[in-house]
Amino acid sequence: MKTSRRDFLQKTALFTGVFTLGFDWFSADASAMEVVGSAGRFNAFLSIDSLGKVILYSPNPEIGQGIKTAFPVVVAEELDVDWAQVQVEQANLDTKLFERQLTGGSGALKHSWERLRKAGATVRKMMMQAAADQWKVDVRTCKTAKGVVLGPAGQKATYGSLAEAAAKLPVPSELTYKDRKDYKIIGSRVKGVDNKNVITGKPLFGIDIRKPGMVFAQIVRPPFGASLKSFSAEDVKKMPGIIDVVSFKNKVAIVGENTYSILQARASLRCDYGSDAPLESTDTHQKWFDEGMKSDKAQVMRKDGDFTAAIATATKVIEATYECPFISHSPMEPMNFFADVKADSVLLAGPTQVPQPAQKAVSDLLKIPTDKIQVEISKMGGGFGRRLSNDFVLEAAELSSIIKKPVLVMWTREDDMTGGTYRPAVRYHFKAGIDASGNIVALYLRGVGLNAGNSTRQDNFPVGAIENVLIESIDQKSAVTTGPWRAPITNFLGFAEQAFLDEVAEAAGKDPIQMRLALLDKVKTKPVGKITYEPARFEEVIKQVAEKAQWKKKPGVHQGFSVYYSHLSYVAQVAEVKVENGKPKVTKVTAVTDCGEVVNLSGAENQVKGAIIDGMGHAMFAKLNFQAGVASPNNFNTYRMIRGNEVPVIDAHFVNNGIAPTGLGEPALPPTGGSIANAIYAATKKRHYKQPFN
Amino acid sequence: MAINCTVNKKKVSLDIDPNTPLLWALRDHLSLLGTKYGCGIAQCGACTVWVNGEPMRSCVLPISAVSNAQITTIEGLDPAGKHPVQQAWDELDVPQCGYCQAGQIMTAAGLLKNNPHPTDQEIVDGMSGNICRCGTYHRIQEAVKLASKKFKK
Repeated sequence: MKTSRRDFLQKTALFTGVFTLGFDWFSADASAMEVVGSAGRFNAFLSIDSLGKVILYSPNPEIGQGIKTAFPVVVAEELDVDWAQVQVEQANLDTKLFERQLTGGSGALKHSWERLRKAGATVRKMMMQAAADQWKVDVRTCKTAKGVVLGPAGQKATYGSLAEAAAKLPVPSELTYKDRKDYKIIGSRVKGVDNKNVITGKPLFGIDIRKPGMVFAQIVRPPFGASLKSFSAEDVKKMPGIIDVVSFKNKVAIVGENTYSILQARASLRCDYGSDAPLESTDTHQKWFDEGMKSDKAQVMRKDGDFTAAIATATKVIEATYECPFISHSPMEPMNFFADVKADSVLLAGPTQVPQPAQKAVSDLLKIPTDKIQVEISKMGGGFGRRLSNDFVLEAAELSSIIKKPVLVMWTREDDMTGGTYRPAVRYHFKAGIDASGNIVALYLRGVGLNAGNSTRQDNFPVGAIENVLIESIDQKSAVTTGPWRAPITNFLGFAEQAFLDEVAEAAGKDPIQMRLALLDKVKTKPVGKITYEPARFEEVIKQVAEKAQWKKKPGVHQGFSVYYSHLSYVAQVAEVKVENGKPKVTKVTAVTDCGEVVNLSGAENQVKGAIIDGMGHAMFAKLNFQAGVASPNNFNTYRMIRGNEVPVIDAHFVNNGIAPTGLGEPALPPTGGSIANAIYAATKKRHYKQPFN
Repeated sequence: MAINCTVNKKKVSLDIDPNTPLLWALRDHLSLLGTKYGCGIAQCGACTVWVNGEPMRSCVLPISAVSNAQITTIEGLDPAGKHPVQQAWDELDVPQCGYCQAGQIMTAAGLLKNNPHPTDQEIVDGMSGNICRCGTYHRIQEAVKLASKKFKK
């Protein structure tokens, strides 16, 4: 948000008339303004100069989750300035100023909420103290409003006019925070701070980085598990626009003057690969799942009571197996990164969710100390976890070090979709025993994952409500690379758990919502083992969604329920399905979310709706197959993404209970597959056990 | 032989391989970076620009096909961001990551140019060729509707 000219002139006048002399302010640009005020960088998050320009620095990488807007909202609220007065800037990696400068785990607001409030409230207090000193009044008689300190006798002073004096004061130790009923910005609908730049097509993303002397490159990567034996570079090197063809770590990089020259050169490049072991196929992965389910080497993740004894006493046993494939993240902006490696310094720039680990990894690779490696954080065309891996950063740095040029490594869509760090493929087997009254007496889960780590979340509800529980996990190593994918593990486990509970409720003759409420009551009155969630918050989202969606009160509408706790937030959903021309169609999803305080209502709605659409699209369509270590499909013509004509109405509500805010980038995704699958079952009596559904 | 065309009302001459897709000519040769690469096979719509006023997928359109054509990119729609579609996009806070939105906006503005008052179904159908991985579809559809109302005034 730039200071308007009129605003600017007024503030200049307040500061001193001298600066307006002999200068054409009507053509003054932002850089000229920088010269005038003596900028006061009060703390890591904000600076206020003598002209009253407020700059709020947002340290965490922006991937579309809205953090670049949400963080400054919190600071501006406690600073008590007018949002229209604020300018927001992306802070680059600075390990001295910021902690946890990353995007992942829906953890940014949870981590920084108190820090942000403190950053704003501290400077507000300093402004009040500076004014009180000037007016010779007790600071406790001063108030603030919209960037102005108000004195007891009607005195007024803008933050800009106080900035120099305030900056010299000691940082106050005792702070008062606003009462949430007085919030003016927090909880309102705040538009994205980058909107104007987005709608006018400004270069904001990694793919848009242009630096002096920069060349382009694309990298041809081997099939998973294969190594490069030879490649034909000589003819390719002679092609127009091609600068060099080099190889490192089983990869071949084509360096060129422009993208199209490189694309043509790639078509002529021949690479021969070999491998010591057979390369993996989807059949290999199926065999590994079968073996994992029979293996006696599973790791016990949680054991309450005696599952084996209890299941033997059950009057009914329900079993089900669920499975999901490897899938790609496919952010709209494919992977890319810029690196300029010099003898003793490195400039890295581009879309990474983890700038500090990127810096460290490049430092380790090139043996250049981290303090010589600068990292510029660009806006990201989506991340979904893909940019938590630094493979593409390391490639760019290594290539730049070899060719000794600044280089932007671009991935094509095909590179991006076949290049790995996928959501791991997982198979789950559930078993539950119920007694004569329909109570769950025993619960078993085994997860077999391929490069998934622990594929279970052993403390997930309804664990804690059941006396006899056994949860096991097996991880099978694969050459197919994997990484976190939006709501890691729970993006599919959430579906499996919620679909299985639906089946259990049916077998027990219980309403799925009433069954969960009874289980939560058990957790409150007679918990079993370690409890990681708050049953009362679970109950609240369940009760609210039942009311808002008119659970089982809409004739002719088939509903499915799910509720999930992840990333410290609670989301309950009711999906609705109608049968049209004999086919189920998801028409509506109602979601109630408890993420504590809603910082930006517009952004929060975007995250919930986006996560539901993401969860639904991938549950319905996404799948990668493998043949000889190569993934397919490799582009959007055959790898189906959900489109605008396929999305249901989404009704998003928030409990907004004032608890310190928790994650929102991920939590609405895990319950989505379950609510939809359960609604489809209600409509068709057909249960889905595998993703994708179609 | 150079290809001459008009991009955002400026005459340009491109002395490059005539098979170069318009997308890469815009990005790599004319430094117009607002038009985005998404798939390269005309499936996602991120690269949508106008050629003689019609929305086209620039990733599969060779520059030889745009000789003497009038091309409009997101940078040329309204540099001040005051086009009704741009205004609606901001007012309804459509963008999440923002990467696909240049293509969405050029598609929407093209749709409204040909059909200023589309029905809800025409909006859904007209916009479903563009993928948004963040899932901003609802707000995209609402914003097209809002922009349509702005045209009325």
